[in-house]
Amino acid sequence: MTTPEPAGLPAGYALPAPGTNAPLASPAYRSTGGRAPSRPLVPLPPGLHELTGPLFGAGRVRPGDDDLTRGPGGEAVGQRIVVAGRVTDADGRPVPDTLIEIWQANASGRYCHERDRWPGALDPNFTGAGRTVTDAEGCYRFLTVKPGAYPWGNHTNAWRPAHIHVSLFGRSFSQRLVTQMYFPDDPLFFQDPILGAIPDPAARQRLVSAYDHGLTEAEWALGFRWDIVLRGPLAVPFEPPGEDGHV
Amino acid sequence: MSDLEQPDHAQPDLAHHRPPVMTSGAAFGVSPSQTVGPFLHLALADPAEALVVPVGTAGGFWVRGTVTDGNGDPVADAVVETWQTATGDADVPAGFVGFGRCPTDDEGRWAIHTVKPGPVPAAGRRWAAPHLAVSVFARGLLDRVVTRIYFADEAAATATDPVLAELVEPARRPTLVATATEDGYHFAVRLQGEDETVFFAL
Repeated sequence: MTTPEPAGLPAGYALPAPGTNAPLASPAYRSTGGRAPSRPLVPLPPGLHELTGPLFGAGRVRPGDDDLTRGPGGEAVGQRIVVAGRVTDADGRPVPDTLIEIWQANASGRYCHERDRWPGALDPNFTGAGRTVTDAEGCYRFLTVKPGAYPWGNHTNAWRPAHIHVSLFGRSFSQRLVTQMYFPDDPLFFQDPILGAIPDPAARQRLVSAYDHGLTEAEWALGFRWDIVLRGPLAVPFEPPGEDGHV
Repeated sequence: MSDLEQPDHAQPDLAHHRPPVMTSGAAFGVSPSQTVGPFLHLALADPAEALVVPVGTAGGFWVRGTVTDGNGDPVADAVVETWQTATGDADVPAGFVGFGRCPTDDEGRWAIHTVKPGPVPAAGRRWAAPHLAVSVFARGLLDRVVTRIYFADEAAATATDPVLAELVEPARRPTLVATATEDGYHFAVRLQGEDETVFFAL
């Protein structure tokens, strides 16, 4: 092969601490049964595709996309809330200019989705989808309504705690994260096998937002703060200088 | 560069990989992953995102595939994402975004229109065969699963690929290779079972 040797690549991203992510096969969450891979994952030394990623900036977001409360016929029903926080990596560096996509049930706990058929009321002024881009400090902010809890068929009298689905791209394919944000002191946590599948209680708690009176806007909306931490780069391994004297 | 000038397409961001400020390890615990759930279409199903390059781009083709579960049944609430560099030569096709995303339909089918990347820099100063990086999210998956799409008509390159030819056992290699079709390639994602797709720990 005459192609020249490619430049050296960074080492990749540090794995989350053990206990951070749920095992793919978590039997209490029944849907994992037929879907979780049964073979061990093959360790992948990251190449260029895993070390880069789509840098979706403001071009993917229109004004108002971060406000879910304004429907075609007026205000969405429910407790108006601000959800805001900061996206950093595990070393504490802000993750600026990164797309955040969210989706959620309405105040009745009903999704505006044809496959959601439980008899919670639909709200014609709430579709439940939003997006924004973090600023230069990694900060983001949404205005929405507090989602309701809803029943599902996982176990007898199963109810999902109120939550907002969140999708982030970070700065590379390796940092991609889809997760859920919860609300403080939800009495339904004890029976939820999705949040409960996370082994480390401290890691579970990182998905629970905090009520923040500083974010609460007088006579308008309650504030919840939720910071998001993406994987951080591994330290660059020491490489002795090459023949040409360059590192 | 202001937000408005931020290019809305693929570009390497290797400058991000400077040595960590703190050398004693992660200062903050990483946010855990959770399932995308069954209603992902509310936010992750823009049909325009299936086009990594516009239809009609020279060299463009469709990668059409399926997602099936351990029983071989279609997974109708999954979303497949691809990420790649461009064609390897200097000419990045007009409208190339690098990123593709498509939810599965009721039959578990998805499709992404793209171009084949060139050789891809790999770890250890080596070249990987042309491939796409792939994430699959679904109800029932508490974290995404990561795989790669290689191409059947790149046999010489895949035979020496540092991952496919060296880290994946021979019997399972075909699960990572898209087969030729009339308008591009076919790639089956089998989440579980006998012909389970190889998934990677990244």
